[in-house]
Parts: sequence; structure tokens; C-alpha cells
Amino acid sequence: MSQATGGFLTPFNALGSVALRFLEELGAMSIFFLDSVRFVFAGWGQFSKSVRQIYFIGVQSVSVIALIGLFTGMVMGMQLYFALSSFGADGFLGTGVALSMVRELAPVLTAIMLTGRAGSAMTAEIGVMRISEQIDALTIMDINPMRYLVAPKMAACIISFPILTAFFNLIAIAGGWLTGVRLLGANAGVYWYRVQASLSWADIEGGFIKALAFAVLVCTICCYEGYFTHLRGRVGPEGVSQSTTSAVVKSCVVILAADYILTSLLW
Amino acid sequence: MATAPGIRLESLTVGYGKTPVVSDMDIEIPGGKITMIVGGSGCGKSTLLKHILRLHQPLRGSIFIGGHDVFSLSGKAFRCLRQRMGALFQDGALLGSLRLRDNVALPLREHTRLRESQIMDIVHHKLELVGLEHAMDLFPHELSGGMRKRAGLARALVMDPQVLFCDEPTSGLDPVMSAELDQLLLEMMGHFDMTTVVVTHDLASMRTIADYVVVLGDGRCLFQGSVEDLEAQEDEYLRSFLDREAPERDTPRLTMPPIDPGMMKLNCTQLLGEE
Ligand SMILES: Nc1ncnc2c1ncn2[C@@H]1O[C@H](COP(=O)(O)OP(=O)(O)O)[C@@H](O)[C@H]1O
Ligand SMILES: [Mg+2]
Repeated sequence: MSQATGGFLTPFNALGSVALRFLEELGAMSIFFLDSVRFVFAGWGQFSKSVRQIYFIGVQSVSVIALIGLFTGMVMGMQLYFALSSFGADGFLGTGVALSMVRELAPVLTAIMLTGRAGSAMTAEIGVMRISEQIDALTIMDINPMRYLVAPKMAACIISFPILTAFFNLIAIAGGWLTGVRLLGANAGVYWYRVQASLSWADIEGGFIKALAFAVLVCTICCYEGYFTHLRGRVGPEGVSQSTTSAVVKSCVVILAADYILTSLLW
Repeated sequence: MATAPGIRLESLTVGYGKTPVVSDMDIEIPGGKITMIVGGSGCGKSTLLKHILRLHQPLRGSIFIGGHDVFSLSGKAFRCLRQRMGALFQDGALLGSLRLRDNVALPLREHTRLRESQIMDIVHHKLELVGLEHAMDLFPHELSGGMRKRAGLARALVMDPQVLFCDEPTSGLDPVMSAELDQLLLEMMGHFDMTTVVVTHDLASMRTIADYVVVLGDGRCLFQGSVEDLEAQEDEYLRSFLDREAPERDTPRLTMPPIDPGMMKLNCTQLLGEE
């Protein structure tokens, strides 16, 4: 293309092409998502594949989520106790831990952890299947790879993310109790009362909406990157590793951006 | 049952992106026969096969299978056509996460209403045909290249296809196994009404079982016709291909001296006591 490359227009040119590429990818990913999600409830055959994916994405992540939740809650309990007790408000420790966990930290940290553990694995698996012609083989056997490969992962993410987020909440609030109450000596009855009293249904609901949104975003990005790994500059093993990196980075950025947008819309 | 469909390529140009690999092919593959596509390695045989299977969009031209233009056929109708085709890829392309038996059973489970016991009977029978019934419970990475290829063939055959595509089925097999595979293809041709398209380097197998031969090279179709016609050809390239002769050279090409042992990082002559 021979554009008029006047010196001062160059940055606008670059900006425009970046924006176009972004929109193009956004559109492609939306189509990819719609194409896979319509198979999520397509019969019993799908159900058993989804169960297997739930085992991998959900069940096998329980211990990691428990660890992350425990330490996040413990740090939160400690920090908030120091901050609140300095002006005699340590009775609100329960409120602080519960709200920060349920509204923000649990959905975000669970999603980022699952991106690292399951999302990267999904990208690599689908990418390897692409470069070793397994996806082509599925296609010529008239087995839609979207239905066979992507839809079960989508179903598993949509089911696992909210449940693991709830689990994270539970462990983290217990972690806050462990440091704030057991270690530093806040009042246990007040802690549990504040946890219960300060959480409204809207907080729980908001946290779950976030978890669902992150599930869809992470799964779409990770499967998309693997599925189209052959369209990257580099093909073969290096292409798969690039796809995996890019899937994880994009997912994390998108999780935080979506978190901001959802927070401003929900509360 | 319908007679096995023929395949017609009309001024077809295949390639990736904008670069053509093979141009302007007008090829008529007869139904119910074994057609072999031969040509030097890298001349676009696999590429042509993938285009016929509609995995890629051709740059120009059209493909007809049994009289249907595959690129203008509607979704459902094309799926019917596809379920009647079986294909063996160059590397087998088995699903790495499934055992051999589940790999072969996959099309049956997805497309038929057969009971599990019937499916297992069919799977066992097809794996027996290719001599792999003892390896049913292994994963693809536990098989050798030749075994993967035979397993891929069993999977291609499991739906009793009317059109079978094989990409180099005999490369990586020992001579006995290759001959047995040729025998199997011939037997199947006698048993079922099917069209078989085989990509191969194996001239011996071409001479034994091919009814029709297509030669690719130089970015185009060089020859199509019966084996007898091919043997009678005078064209220089075709002759050298058929007689397995390397082209004659005037200048020697092994002109580099061997690497000086003194340049090796490890001083092996001293270490091994070779003075
Ligand atoms: N995915 C691809 N993208 C671009 N070029 C390719 C691709 N696959 C193969 N080619 C090129 O197409 C040509 C034909 O390849 P192929 O059909 O695999 O040859 P063969 O006849 O040995 O099966 C080769 O020159 C190869 O470099
Ligand atoms: Mg090839």
C-alpha cells in the first residue's frame, strides 16, 4: 500500500491500524464464542465430554484455589487489622475482609489463577491438535471441532469459575479469621457477625456475575488463540508457545479491564 | 447403493495464501477404481488432497464429487458427502488424547445409532484388517509411525466410505506390510463399490494396483491415464521418475573436505588413546 506517509501522520496511521486490528480480532472472537456456545447444550454426548473437562478445569484446581484463597485472606486479615485497630475500628475487620473478597479479589484472583492453570493448557492442547492435523482430521470425519473440542471447555469454565470463586470466598474469609482473630486477637463473634451483616445479596450476585463473565472471556481467548495458532507468523511448536503466552497475557489484561467495567456498572 | 462417485477437477489451482502450488488441473478421477497420484516430494500431492477434502479454499476452479460441486453444496448436504468419505493423513493424525479403540470408534459414536457392543465389534474387525488388534488399548504416542498410519487407515475405513483418500499409506512400512496393504486395498475394491485415491511414492505398488495414474510435477499435472499409457510415455521427466534414475551431473558435488579433527572442541584422539 502506498499511503501518503507524511511525517506527522505516521502515528495516526499506526494508531488506526492497531485499532482496526483490535476490532477485527474482537469481532472474530465474538463469532468464535457464539459458534461454540450454541453447542454447549447439544445432547448427552456433550454432557460426558463436559464432565471430563470440569474434572480437569474445576476439580483439579481446587487445591491451588484453596492455597491462594487462604493466603489472600490471611494477608487481608492482618493488614486490615493493623489499619483498623490504629483508630479503634477493628470491629469492622469482618466487613473489610468479606466485602473485598466477595466483590473483587475472589473473582479476579480465581480467574487469573485458572487462566494460568487451565487456560494455558487449553491453548496448548488445541494448538498442538491444530499443528498435528488433528483438527483437520476431525473436520473430515464431519465432527465439528467447535462442538467436540471448544464447547465442552466452555461449559466446564462456565460451571467451574463461579463455584471455585465461591470456594475462594469461603477459604479467604476463614483465612482472615485465622490471622485477624486467632493470631492478632480481634473478637471472633464480632468478626463473624460483621461478615454476615455487611454482605448483601447484591454483593454475592455481583461477584458471581463477574465470575461468569471472566469464565466466558478466558475460555474464548484461550481456545481462540490455540485454534488459530496456524495463522500466526510462526508455525509449529514455536507458534504454539507464542499462542499460549499471548493467551495468558491477553486473558489477564482482559480480566482486569472487564473487572473495572463490571464494578462501575454493578455498584 | 449408489455406484461409487467419480471426482472431477476443473481448471483447479491449489495453493496457500496467494502462492499457487499446483495450477490448472483438469483431472477426471474415475469412480470405483484405484487412482494413484504420484510425483516428487514437495510437489503438492498432500495439498491437492486437502483441497479435494475441502479443508482449504482453492485459488481457482471447481471440484466435483459424484457430480456435486463441493463448494456450492449446502451445509447438510455436504455433511452427507463428507460422512461417505474416509481419509488417511500423511502422519495418521490420530487424536492424542484417545486410545486406539476410541480413535477408531469416534466416527461411529458421533454419526450412528449403533450400540456400544456393535461399535466394538466393528472397531475390532477394522483393526484386525490392518493387523493392529493387539494394540487396541494403546495411545497414539505409544505406536510406531507405521502403526499410526495403519491405525489411521482403520479409522478412515470404519464408516465404510464410498470414497477413500490415502496420503502415502505405505511410507514407513516394511515391504511385507506394504504388500499386505496393497492386497487389502485390492480386496476391498473387489468387496465394496468404492473410489480410492492414493498418494504414493511407491512405484512397485503403483504398478500392482493402480487403475489410473495422475502424475504431478513442475507445478502442474504432467500426466493422467492408465499405467500402460504411462509406461509408454517418452517424456524425459516421466521416464526418469519411472526408472528411478537420478539426473546425470557433469560436475562432482562432494567438494567440501571433511572437518579437521583439530577443530573439534573435545580432543578425542587423545582421550581415546588414538595416536
Ligand atoms: N501450510 C502451508 N503453508 C504454506 N505452504 C505450504 C503449506 N504446506 C505445504 N506447503 C508447501 O506446499 C508445497 C507442497 O507441499 P505438499 O503438498 O505437502 O507436498 P507433497 O507432494 O510432498 O505432499 C511445498 O512446497 C510446501 O512448502
Ligand atoms: Mg505429502
